[in-house]
Amino acid sequence: MHQTREDAHGGTPDEASGAASEVRFTGIRHRYGDRWVLDGVDLMLTERRIGIVGANGSGKSTLARTINGLVQPTEGSVTVDGLDPTRHGRRVRARVGFIFTDPDNQIVMPTVAEDVAFSLRRSGLPKPAIAERTAAMLERMGLAGLADHPAHLLSGGQKQLLALAAVLVREPAVLVADEPTTLLDLRNARRVSEAIAQLSQQVIMVTHQLDALAGFDRIVVLDAGRVVADGTPAEALPRYREIVG
Amino acid sequence: MTGTPIGLYHPGTSVLHRIPAGIKLLAMLLAVVGVVLLHRWWELAIAASVTAVLFAVARIPPHLAWSQLRPLRYIIVLVAALQCMLAGWHAAVMVCGTIVVTVALAALVTLTTRVTAMLDALGVALHPLRRLGVDTDRIGLLLALTIRCIPLVAGIVTAVSEARRARGLGFSVRALAAPVVIRSLRSADALGEALIARGADD
Repeated sequence: MHQTREDAHGGTPDEASGAASEVRFTGIRHRYGDRWVLDGVDLMLTERRIGIVGANGSGKSTLARTINGLVQPTEGSVTVDGLDPTRHGRRVRARVGFIFTDPDNQIVMPTVAEDVAFSLRRSGLPKPAIAERTAAMLERMGLAGLADHPAHLLSGGQKQLLALAAVLVREPAVLVADEPTTLLDLRNARRVSEAIAQLSQQVIMVTHQLDALAGFDRIVVLDAGRVVADGTPAEALPRYREIVG
Repeated sequence: MTGTPIGLYHPGTSVLHRIPAGIKLLAMLLAVVGVVLLHRWWELAIAASVTAVLFAVARIPPHLAWSQLRPLRYIIVLVAALQCMLAGWHAAVMVCGTIVVTVALAALVTLTTRVTAMLDALGVALHPLRRLGVDTDRIGLLLALTIRCIPLVAGIVTAVSEARRARGLGFSVRALAAPVVIRSLRSADALGEALIARGADD
């Protein structure tokens, strides 16, 4: 089943005034070797909170990676507010922040504050402004007391919050999160989910953990590289449960 | 992930912490050259004492200072044995002492200097190369990633070793090297993706 959903849902009340970005997938097919992991996906995502779910190997992470050009689809096109990530990579990445499953692989600098500031090194901002924005972001993520702490010695949840801080400090319009809580224990997963829930950004979250999708506007269910359900959580999640059940 | 303190900044407000990174790097370069040129054991002893005092001035805890040198212990034993056999005890003392003091000096700089400050200093030093088309930012990024990869690879080695022990297997270079290399390459791929996503290459 291939579905295109053009009707934008309303955002959460405090975000209703801001317009969400438009992420459009048109005839997306992608293969690794002989295996098609995406097999004809047509979607337009304009809601504030969008969940992408599916069994392992259903193509959801690959689909998420096409949004900021980490994966270039074999066929079809992706645009973010009309911009093609393969041709306008820098502009798209300025709009789209991405956090990965394993926060260890996202940490670049040795200390917490340095890692967040690293995201702004090419921003053209003067050093005091970078330090100010870094400090504000660490405060917001509850990491202010750990600014000089070795980043690789943080707990899993703190590392994921650091990854989130490093992405959000660039002030993207869209956050794509690829199973950001999968490697975390329940408490840390809740912490990260709560941090994401409070964002004003449009969020596209790939996840297996249905708790993390509470309050989401739209759920897209993938199976074998195709969209098999697309709607509100009440409409789409039963189909996901059928697939994995 | 189990980490290693090698090459990590140790926060502080000492005089050594406050000296600009460029001056510290230059001073370290001159000091290392000076130590290498020493010929008498007592001169080396003075250099070692001065280095120890500098660690104290920087308020580096003894266990952290020792952790910087501990990885050298096998090399030092090997080199000392070879030097004793081939060139006598004086040569052994001079070579091993030089290695320890120079590594300690380098460690002192990394312990008292933020990586970003080092990158800035490197950027200034390499600035003339920009005229030749060299991307000095990329060289700085390379340095940062090199430092970052120390705990990353150490964590992979620890995880693989633990998995081997959990399965009751004895030590084997092949059993250690193969998964470490594979996991390191996977991590490198993932880190590359994260760098792209964070706009490091934009």
